[in-house]
Amino acid sequence: MTLGKMLPWQRVLLYLVLVGFATFYLMPVYVLVVTSLKSFAEVNLYRMWDLPHSFSLESFRKALLGGFGFTGLAHNFMNSFYVAIPATLASAFLGSLNGYVLSKWRFRGSNTMFTLLLFGMFIPYQSILIPLVQTLMKLGLYGSIPGLILAHTVYGIPITTLIFRNYYATVPKELVEAARIDGAGVLGVYTRIMLPVSMPGFVVVMIWQFTSIWNDFLFAVTIAQNPAVQPVTVALNNLAGSYIVEWNVQMAGSLMAALPTLLVYIFLGRYFMRGLLAGSLKG
Amino acid sequence: MRKRRLKGERLVTLLLLLPSVIAVCVFVYGFIGWTGYVSMSNWNQLLPDYTFVGLRNFLKLFAHPRFQIDLRNLAVFTALFLTGSLIIGFLLAVLLDRKVRAEGFFRTIYLYPMSLSFIVTGVVWRWLMNPGSPQMGSTGINLLLEKIGLGFLKSGWYTDPRVGIKAVAVAAIWQMSGYVMAMYLAGLRGIPEELREAARVDGANEWQVYRYVILPLLRPITLGAIIILGHISLKIYDLIVAMTGPGIGFSTDVPAYFMWETTFHANRFAQGAAIAVILLLMVSLLIVPYLIFSVRREAEV
Repeated sequence: MTLGKMLPWQRVLLYLVLVGFATFYLMPVYVLVVTSLKSFAEVNLYRMWDLPHSFSLESFRKALLGGFGFTGLAHNFMNSFYVAIPATLASAFLGSLNGYVLSKWRFRGSNTMFTLLLFGMFIPYQSILIPLVQTLMKLGLYGSIPGLILAHTVYGIPITTLIFRNYYATVPKELVEAARIDGAGVLGVYTRIMLPVSMPGFVVVMIWQFTSIWNDFLFAVTIAQNPAVQPVTVALNNLAGSYIVEWNVQMAGSLMAALPTLLVYIFLGRYFMRGLLAGSLKG
Repeated sequence: MRKRRLKGERLVTLLLLLPSVIAVCVFVYGFIGWTGYVSMSNWNQLLPDYTFVGLRNFLKLFAHPRFQIDLRNLAVFTALFLTGSLIIGFLLAVLLDRKVRAEGFFRTIYLYPMSLSFIVTGVVWRWLMNPGSPQMGSTGINLLLEKIGLGFLKSGWYTDPRVGIKAVAVAAIWQMSGYVMAMYLAGLRGIPEELREAARVDGANEWQVYRYVILPLLRPITLGAIIILGHISLKIYDLIVAMTGPGIGFSTDVPAYFMWETTFHANRFAQGAAIAVILLLMVSLLIVPYLIFSVRREAEV
């Protein structure tokens, strides 16, 4: 235990710096929480940092159900779930199949194919937006939730494939070979060997996908402009850009829009981290 | 017999890959090709007009003052965002690596902004960086600075064209530096204590241990972080939308924002496609060598 000996004052300084940074990171959440708990009468930009005198949940009610001149976010929350859940499941499933083949059934050119697939994860989506809109219009899916689901599923394939491929690479070759000797084919190995050990991989992938789809704005604002199908990020942006919506309501709306992914992060942080690090191409 | 079985199996594996391969071929490569085609067409009104005009849209774009400002903003944003996130991320990782009590607690706090959408971040930071007014007094961060006696640090933030995009970079650093910390921390945990100990025995002080032992070993992680942050930075869009919009004199405008507005507000599809192609080229310059390098190195192992 020789961590380059630290003197007591150095340790104090270390904790001071750590707490200082923690304050910086928590500052916006403080404002979010404090402001959304204030009543309209109490909201004052020049007392932004003061604690509320009395707790009021009025702003949450308004953010959800709407008020004078604006509609609430309640149905946008549901839209976000309707998009995120199917797209997460579909892209996770496809990623699992691809990851299995690309890790256990390599063929000539499989690395090239993998590289070409991965490229799709980094492209600026602006470069596919115009044809995407045209195609969805042709398919009659433009401005609809299925259209958004399709986009998120397809553009989710590269990252889900990457995570599963790295995950399945850790499954011992011997297990696969033993199953093959028992007569299992491609699908048999997948269902008997891979799927049973896939749970952690699925958790990582689904957390990653759910978070990115929930937080997406670009696809949502391009494909689902219609208020009836808008996901929560688009609706929140409109709410926050509107001058008639009170500040505390904006903060309450932001807090609620952040909540699902925040909860996932707090309770499943370990898996969230793994997805994050997988995003940097390291298994 | 065994050979036939293998052949059949090969077919099954290809069938498993097929849906994804087709989807990616069409939605990534096909669409990119189509965008490239549109960028060289005359489609600058609502109805498509695919008359070939060569590079005219690109030439117009580079002569456009707004696009020149956008490129400059993007360069400033990227430089600040990358250096800020890398330095803070590395610092936090090094500090947390020193057997800190409640490490998990601090780590959770530093990393949680990663789980939020840029829209939420933008909405909150817009209010935090609302400077207030001379008549009514300061608000947000300015008010906080006044309260703790650092009033001289007050700024107009994004409302001041001289600050502009730099204010947005602060919010982006707030959101992404924890990610860099997580990457470095994972890297630091992978460096055996004996290596540091050996350097210390050789007479290196703590500073030299980090400078000559740790940092070189972490080089792949630094590279990875630069690539990840770099491509996020070049694509930055949501944060601008929610926080500032294009700003006074386009002081917070970026190409991605210009693209969306040109395409879907002004219906100048060919012009928008040209911006998209330039964005793609910039990202590709960063990503393609890294991708090829990573997959190849992995194949060698």
